[in-house]
Amino acid sequence: MAGHHIVPLKTNIITLLSLVVLTAVTVLTAKFIHLGDWGNLLLAMFIACCKATIVFGWFMHLKYEGLMNRTIALCGGAFLFLFILFAYLDIFFR
Amino acid sequence: MSTASYDKKTQAAHHFDSLEQQHEASKQGVWLFMATEIMMFGGLFVGYFIYRFMYHDMYIAGGDSLNWKLGALNTLVLLLSSFTMAQAVTETMKGENKKALKLIYITVACAFAFMVVKYFEYTAKIHHGMFPGFDLWKPDMAYIAEHLRSGFSIDNVDPANLRLFFVLYFVMTGLHGLHIIIGIGLMFWIIKRLKNDEFSPKYYTAVEGVGLYWHIVDIIWIFLFPLMYLI
Repeated sequence: MAGHHIVPLKTNIITLLSLVVLTAVTVLTAKFIHLGDWGNLLLAMFIACCKATIVFGWFMHLKYEGLMNRTIALCGGAFLFLFILFAYLDIFFR
Repeated sequence: MSTASYDKKTQAAHHFDSLEQQHEASKQGVWLFMATEIMMFGGLFVGYFIYRFMYHDMYIAGGDSLNWKLGALNTLVLLLSSFTMAQAVTETMKGENKKALKLIYITVACAFAFMVVKYFEYTAKIHHGMFPGFDLWKPDMAYIAEHLRSGFSIDNVDPANLRLFFVLYFVMTGLHGLHIIIGIGLMFWIIKRLKNDEFSPKYYTAVEGVGLYWHIVDIIWIFLFPLMYLI
């Protein structure tokens, strides 16, 4: 198993900096770029998903994990996506 | 746990074949717990999205009355704490327990800083009558109008619906704050064990597990921040 991969300091610093930059992008796009309510919501969620992926991959070591733990994490996200998708399908088409 | 008669640093518990297997099994358990965390907060996020579709104006009025600068500050504080936590795991894996201890201290300091900022935010909201409970709900519409974005009229805002936004705000950030407080407790547990020199490059499961928990709390905030404060 790839369970003992030691993530070097440099990687952690790059991860932190990219998250800080994406936080700045979140604030700037929400405050200064007006795409309408849905446009801004989707853009903010897209950036947040990118940030979450970075945290899962590098801070939580999912990049170095085996298939089992990746599947567990993916299942959590996938079922949540289904939940949101079906809730919205219901709202839009009723 | 203190009754263990074996050296945890070099031996696995009797029901495991090896330290490796013990580590993998424990970590998998934490990952399953993480999946349940995603689904627990997920339900609240779905509620948020559904009501956002139904009462879009209330979300704009409610979100604009929050202090996004404090929200952004808290985001940075949590990101920094996630970094120190991740680096603490790295140092423990290298056997540098003293360095790991210092990094955990910084993580705890960030967690407390987050809660202090949250305290000021909550008291400000309660002061303006925006707590939806205990007869505290007397929203200061002048305050809300003052903070509203340009091109959006306060006349469109129905205080009865606005209450719903603040129910979601206090429940979601409150549950998140509870996770931070539990995280602080877990950090103190790790601090105690690091001081006792209980970890080694072969045995660091607890540090990694608390790390995973701390990062998922960070991820939840990554979604809460734009949804509540910005858009």
